[in-house]
Amino acid sequence: MKWLSLLMLLPLAGAAIVSALPKGNDKAAKQAALGTTLVVMAATIAMAVGFQRDNVDLQYVESYAWIPSFGINFALGVDAIALVLILMSTILAPIVVLAGWNEAHGGRWSVKTFYILILVLETMMIGVFAATDLFLFYVIFEAMLIPVYFLIGGYGSGERSAAAVKFLLYSLFGGLLMLAAIIALYVMSGAQGGHTFDIDKLSQLQMSSTTQNLLFLGFFIAFAIKAPVWPFHTWLPDAANSATPGTSVLLLGVLDKVGTFGMIRYCLTLFPDASKTFTPLIMVLAVISILYGAFLAIGAKDIKRLIAYTSISHFGFITMGIFAMTSQAQSGSILYMFNHGFSTAALFLVAGWMISRRGSSTIADFGGLQRITPIMAWSFFIAGLSSLALPGLSSFVSEFLVLVGTFTRYPVHAVIATFGIVLAALYILIPVQKALHGPTTPGNESLKDLNLREKLAIAPVIAIIVALGFYPSPLLKVINPAATHVISQMGFTDPAPSNGGK
Amino acid sequence: MFISNTLVYLIALPLAGAAILLLAGRRTDKWGHLLATAMSASSFGVGLYQLMLMLDRPTEQRPASQKLFEWIHVGEFKVDAGLLLDQLSICFVLLITGVGTLIHIYSISYMSHDKDRRRFFAYLNLFIASMLLLVLGDSYLNLYVGWEGVGLASYLLIGFWNQKPAYATASKKAFVMNRVGDMGLSFAIMIAFATMGTVSFVGVQEQVSQTSEAALTAIGLMLLVAAAGKSAQFPLQAWLGDAMAGPTPVSALIHAATMVTAGVYLITRSNFVFDAAPTAQLVVVIVGAITLMFGALIGTAKDDIKKALAASTMSQIGYMTLAAGLGPVGYAFAIMHLLTHGFFKAGMFLGAGSVMHGMNDEVNMRKYGALRKFMPITFVTFGLGYLAILGIPPFAGFYSKDLIIETAFDAGGAKGIILGITTLIGASITAFYMTRVMILTFTGTKRWDGDAHPHESPWLMWLPMAILAIGSVSSGYLLSRGDALENWLYPLFDHSDEYQKHLIEPIIVSGMALTMVAIGVAVAYFKYARQDVSSTAPEDVSIFTKVARQDLMQDRFNEAVFMRPGQALTTTLIATDQAVVDGAVRGVGQVALSSGSALRGLQNGYVRSYAAIILVGAIALIAAIWVVVS
Repeated sequence: MKWLSLLMLLPLAGAAIVSALPKGNDKAAKQAALGTTLVVMAATIAMAVGFQRDNVDLQYVESYAWIPSFGINFALGVDAIALVLILMSTILAPIVVLAGWNEAHGGRWSVKTFYILILVLETMMIGVFAATDLFLFYVIFEAMLIPVYFLIGGYGSGERSAAAVKFLLYSLFGGLLMLAAIIALYVMSGAQGGHTFDIDKLSQLQMSSTTQNLLFLGFFIAFAIKAPVWPFHTWLPDAANSATPGTSVLLLGVLDKVGTFGMIRYCLTLFPDASKTFTPLIMVLAVISILYGAFLAIGAKDIKRLIAYTSISHFGFITMGIFAMTSQAQSGSILYMFNHGFSTAALFLVAGWMISRRGSSTIADFGGLQRITPIMAWSFFIAGLSSLALPGLSSFVSEFLVLVGTFTRYPVHAVIATFGIVLAALYILIPVQKALHGPTTPGNESLKDLNLREKLAIAPVIAIIVALGFYPSPLLKVINPAATHVISQMGFTDPAPSNGGK
Repeated sequence: MFISNTLVYLIALPLAGAAILLLAGRRTDKWGHLLATAMSASSFGVGLYQLMLMLDRPTEQRPASQKLFEWIHVGEFKVDAGLLLDQLSICFVLLITGVGTLIHIYSISYMSHDKDRRRFFAYLNLFIASMLLLVLGDSYLNLYVGWEGVGLASYLLIGFWNQKPAYATASKKAFVMNRVGDMGLSFAIMIAFATMGTVSFVGVQEQVSQTSEAALTAIGLMLLVAAAGKSAQFPLQAWLGDAMAGPTPVSALIHAATMVTAGVYLITRSNFVFDAAPTAQLVVVIVGAITLMFGALIGTAKDDIKKALAASTMSQIGYMTLAAGLGPVGYAFAIMHLLTHGFFKAGMFLGAGSVMHGMNDEVNMRKYGALRKFMPITFVTFGLGYLAILGIPPFAGFYSKDLIIETAFDAGGAKGIILGITTLIGASITAFYMTRVMILTFTGTKRWDGDAHPHESPWLMWLPMAILAIGSVSSGYLLSRGDALENWLYPLFDHSDEYQKHLIEPIIVSGMALTMVAIGVAVAYFKYARQDVSSTAPEDVSIFTKVARQDLMQDRFNEAVFMRPGQALTTTLIATDQAVVDGAVRGVGQVALSSGSALRGLQNGYVRSYAAIILVGAIALIAAIWVVVS
């Protein structure tokens, strides 16, 4: 069965249904979108069940000639890393639709258009992780910008147009650097056995170290903007601040993962030597991201910006783990990508509900919510505990794996990064205190607690966060072989216990 | 090792209680407190059953373990969710569930007027479950889960009345300072894995002989950081006084009897690391000695009864830490003092709660006085705890504290003399501030505010106090009779270089200790019982008292060294992030653009134009690369 193309077609079919609906029937559009995303989620889970976890080759491979004269194929396939990220994306999609049931109202365009954009974006989210042809990957990587641009610029709040433009420009800039590198690879492949965009073949290319370094940078900068890694992060807070909560979840939870996914799939695979050359620099940028994002989050006055800043810190952990080249750090990073999706989703969705009720996203405008809206307050609190990586919740497993795995090869980086866990306690407990504790701030007295739809949206997210905190094994068993494969391809093995020099 | 499948119920029962009460919400308001109490009591029952099983087994088979499931396996990093119940952890299991159940019972009445009583009991059950996981986990990472779990429960309970901003701040402060300690635990685990390739207790113990002393010292010091955070030891002690914002049963259970002693557990549990790392061990002793004096000095100046007791707790845990730092001879005494302290300090905290209950939640001892007549049971039970903490024979503290003082002298040389004298002076100051608490609260003249109507607390409250008072009287004798506790724990510790002979005869040590205690009592008596006590704190006091009232400037220090620079850094970063980092990135873009736009005059702010220019730039770049590669 052609699982991956089926997964990509389903949301498009849903989009077609939504667009065929009569004008003004918003409810039907929402239901169709929810139904479609649920079907896609079920299909992805069905596919994941059949995944052979000890097989490190690409699975569910499909390939169709697309532009034969340039050697371009519509080629799909997944390894465990892509599988896990597709799984995360398709589980998040229905949650986002359900949670943001009313967030398309008041947009520049119709509700129908909103859901068409979401569904088209879901197809691209699957495609970007499943593509095994570099050209196809690039096309989707850039095309994804379009629905997001319209989702922010058309349905967001505040200075949404400016934020959308900033997002687009940063992304375009990175994307074009990558395009240059891709064309260079294509040209070189022509000189070494035939023009191709096949990633496997491209990884065999011979090139001088200068060339490899330049091309690596073309890819890495694009991914570092996407991820985002300090100092390429400044578009994110603006975008997250202006986007609707649901869009923010997709933006930070899924689209940003394309950056860290790309670092593993493209930077490490295509340019192993350059990756090693730049590792010292990237490790430093990652550690800066961890602390820098955390400090900005501590000082943030706006709840949406705060969550965006925490993500910069979390992406620092992911990037650090990718380049630390130990199995613990690599597995930790991949698991971190998955866990961060749900942790951030929980934070953004609950924050979105708080903001829509209060009509403000300034933290100081809230206060005493624990006694007015206990379920909403608890949801936010648990999401926050997940963000600060409390043991027993999923993010602890991934964060600790990254730290312990990094420590065995880069003890100094790991030690500095660990200070992030104290900062995390601050950046979560400060808004918790201001928004949930203390006396009730005027204007909050009659806020309503979560309704059934909202509870149904947040419950599975919290359930996943708790379940994977205690029992991450099912996911780790899928991820481990892939992570070990990545580092052995790079010529690394885990450092043996040092006995402290004895 | 003997496998037993009931271990998990110790944790599962209270955890289920917490889950039911939190998830079912208001529906359980009517009976939630009873369920929680039953869960805690059942867990105590399982603990007793485990003790019986353990007693039936020969010494070398006493430890029992249970593997629950595979938790985190990546490469050589393999941690299972596994439990280990041995002679050390059973002591804690019985203390936690025993004292815990008594405090559940007490709280039924103490919290009966609070409309959120169910939530309070849910947190108590969550605490019991986490604390049990802390002492039952079979690896440092499992312990870590319980370690942060009790931190969370402590945070929730300190901030139980978090509608008051000061209480909310106190809970946050406790969590953040504990996280500093947790960072130490993270480091210890990382170093252990990097150097030994394992993080389980058994594995680390096996690897110690193959590991360099430098690595072991690093692990030991990081474990000490963790212990200092959790047990309010210097320099991470500043949160404990503020933690008294929580309801008083919480102070008794978490911030006196159990959670704050987790640091002592961690050090004792890691005895194999510290035995092989003398430098780390010495630092443990120093931290213990500083803290025991630090807490005692703060205790002399506090008018808030709970804060006086909290300072006392800090000081008494200092004794335990000091003992644990003295190596194999000290571990058992640290645990013995921990257990007796669990009885008498929990009892006194409950007594303080009883007093507050009768005095409209007043905590200022200067507004008490003469309560002996109105609250006789509270007076007697509190008084027995008082005699126990002073170390008057035959009460509990006499046995456990004198053993620590003896062992301190036995360290020998200058170290022994310094430690011995420190512990003696500490005992004297303890006698002073505890006598002060007794006099201000129970004797002298009434200094009550107008509407106070002190009365004895209901039986649900005094019964737990009475049971703990029995412990204050008898536990020291029972635990030390025939060296019972020492022999019980003996198989766990390495006794290879133990010296048998005491440098100073125990009877002389006891004599010195009692003399010092008598001096402390006498000073307090003449200062507070023979003179009228003002109902407001006098202002014309020595600089020393002023400093002690401010907790020896601990908050000022933290604010000046960490908080304000941190805030300045945060503010600066936020300001520069938009202006400099964003500006620089945009600036680079501007420069790149302006070369193109100068030609075309297209810098007009439209997306299309920017995009077009970037495209041109990219094409130029492609051309350049093309030249390079071909």
